[in-house]
Amino acid sequence: MQTKSRFLTVTAGLGYLFLYAPIFSLIIYSFNKSKLVTVWGGWSLKWYSELFENEQIINAALLSLKIAFISATLAVVLGTMAGFVLSRFGPFKGKMILSGWVTAPLVMPEVITGLSLLLLFVAMEGLFGWPSGRGTLTIIIAHTTFCLAYVAVIVQSRLASMDETLEEAAMDLGAKPGSLFFLVTLPLIMPAIISGWLLSFTLSLDDLVIASFVSGPGNSTLPMVIFSKVRLGVTPEVNALATLMIAVVAIGVIGAVYQMRRQATLTVKLDDK
Amino acid sequence: MSFSEQIVPSPTSAEQLPLWKQEGAEPFLRIENVTKNFGEFKAVDNISLDIYKKELFCLLGGSGSGKSTLLRMLAGFETPTSGRILIDGVDMAGIQPWERPVNMMFQSYALFPHLSVADNVAFGLKREGVAKAEIKKRVAEMLDMVQLGHLGKRKPHQLSGGQRQRVALARALIKRPKLLLLDEPLGALDKKLREETQFELINIQEELGVTFVVVTHDQEEAMTLATRIGVMNQGIIVQTDEPHDVYEYPNSKFVADFIGSVNMFEGKVIQDEPDSVQIDSKEAGTTLFVNHGISCSPDQVVNVAIRPEKIRISKKEPEKGVNCIQGIIEEIAYMGSLSVFRVRLASGKEVRVTQPNFTRSMGDRFTWNDAVFLHWDEDSSVVLTS
Repeated sequence: MQTKSRFLTVTAGLGYLFLYAPIFSLIIYSFNKSKLVTVWGGWSLKWYSELFENEQIINAALLSLKIAFISATLAVVLGTMAGFVLSRFGPFKGKMILSGWVTAPLVMPEVITGLSLLLLFVAMEGLFGWPSGRGTLTIIIAHTTFCLAYVAVIVQSRLASMDETLEEAAMDLGAKPGSLFFLVTLPLIMPAIISGWLLSFTLSLDDLVIASFVSGPGNSTLPMVIFSKVRLGVTPEVNALATLMIAVVAIGVIGAVYQMRRQATLTVKLDDK
Repeated sequence: MSFSEQIVPSPTSAEQLPLWKQEGAEPFLRIENVTKNFGEFKAVDNISLDIYKKELFCLLGGSGSGKSTLLRMLAGFETPTSGRILIDGVDMAGIQPWERPVNMMFQSYALFPHLSVADNVAFGLKREGVAKAEIKKRVAEMLDMVQLGHLGKRKPHQLSGGQRQRVALARALIKRPKLLLLDEPLGALDKKLREETQFELINIQEELGVTFVVVTHDQEEAMTLATRIGVMNQGIIVQTDEPHDVYEYPNSKFVADFIGSVNMFEGKVIQDEPDSVQIDSKEAGTTLFVNHGISCSPDQVVNVAIRPEKIRISKKEPEKGVNCIQGIIEEIAYMGSLSVFRVRLASGKEVRVTQPNFTRSMGDRFTWNDAVFLHWDEDSSVVLTS
């Protein structure tokens, strides 16, 4: 027993080290005074103040947040509709095609998604004159396209596990299909929709490849800016930015876990009664 | 009680016949030649059935007998392939579930997990656009009736199984439906709770005067609840009768076997008079007398059905020699209130006999390998021709 637990401790320790050492070194180096990323020159907050004065990065961050917010919202609406159709409409013509189309972006290499969308936008501009040029709009469309696949899959599996007699019961009690959706189905799939939105938001914020294909001049998202900066050599500013992002994510994750724990214990307590 | 306007006196006068026995009584629910096919499979096969006001009708059948499909057609979740369903004289064709004067209690209860008990019960009234104060009042009354007045704020997952069942019942009754459909209403409860709830259900049904159609696979449940039972098998109703008649006068081997347990002796009719039949049965090893006439061709092969509790068992030969057969006790099961004997006849046929345990001591009574006589009266058995 003793040896086994020691073995487990060592393994777990190595695992944590492997996962978190890079992050910690990044955080520590973001407080580095030296201009050279790899040389330690004492503690300082100067890269943080420089970061906030760097308009390029701030604008890119704001643009990324805006794009992520809009495309996550659009993806949730469209993805929920797709997931609903796939799990509730029974067999219909073209179901295979729809379900294939919905899941394709999950398995397609990003490069191909990006390229095909770029070609589509160029062709559409030539044919209808819309969308004119590439910029924020085309990035939003592209991100919505691949995010809605994730939402559809999450919503579909939630609907599949949901008891269909709940919807029948609502109908039986006088709810017409429209109000039935908003009164019963939607509240019950809300957790799936929320996690779909969060996932979409993260994916959009994270995306470099597709955005690079479909963005235009002056519309660089944060990942694009960071990537281009890193190519010219890593600057300590990027370290500071990364640290801030890690802080935001960590707070979000800890908050979510805390909320879930609280809900779980609440349920257990009430069940014991 | 606030439902006073709906209280219906239970039939007190003995001479008043129930509606289904009255000539020309208007049925409340009429099912006319209803068939439902799922592809090649006939789930419901040309069923016609009349159910009368204030009845508590049980559709009894095994899984796949079509009973649930029939119920779902009444609720409007399935459309009949052919045939008509009339509720209170109105043809239900094309009428959507949310427009029907029918409510259903689901087997899984289907309580909305995101709503409180009170909101679950209020759901139907809110859809009707009833005024808020009125909703509040009626929900409180309904919850009191099912004895859950103090739990209105709870969520369904905070309730026990029996409490959930009552919420489901309250939710289904609050719109004062003309017809309440119950799909295995007691299926998810344990035995003790089920027995209590059965009587509660009957009380509520009598109090509100709503017509109930119950689907169940549990024959005991059907026997206790029902005014009449419709026994279903493979999409058809085999027999429709009052519980007593279904049990005592089954019209076919299937019904006799499905409801309760039964011993059957195959035999040939040797004498058929208007008020009695004699059947020569090789399985029984003797001639069996039954004191009711049957309509059959001479020499027809029939079955004589006798319930285990109607057979008497003794070590001494009974004085009256009619319907007396001999065998050896092969197995005894002591079940507390009664004992079950498995007796092997000379023909190899196995007969099941139950006997109440009149006295506490078992010592001087029957034991394994005892040679015993089994006998019953002529009016205890039934001849089944199909």
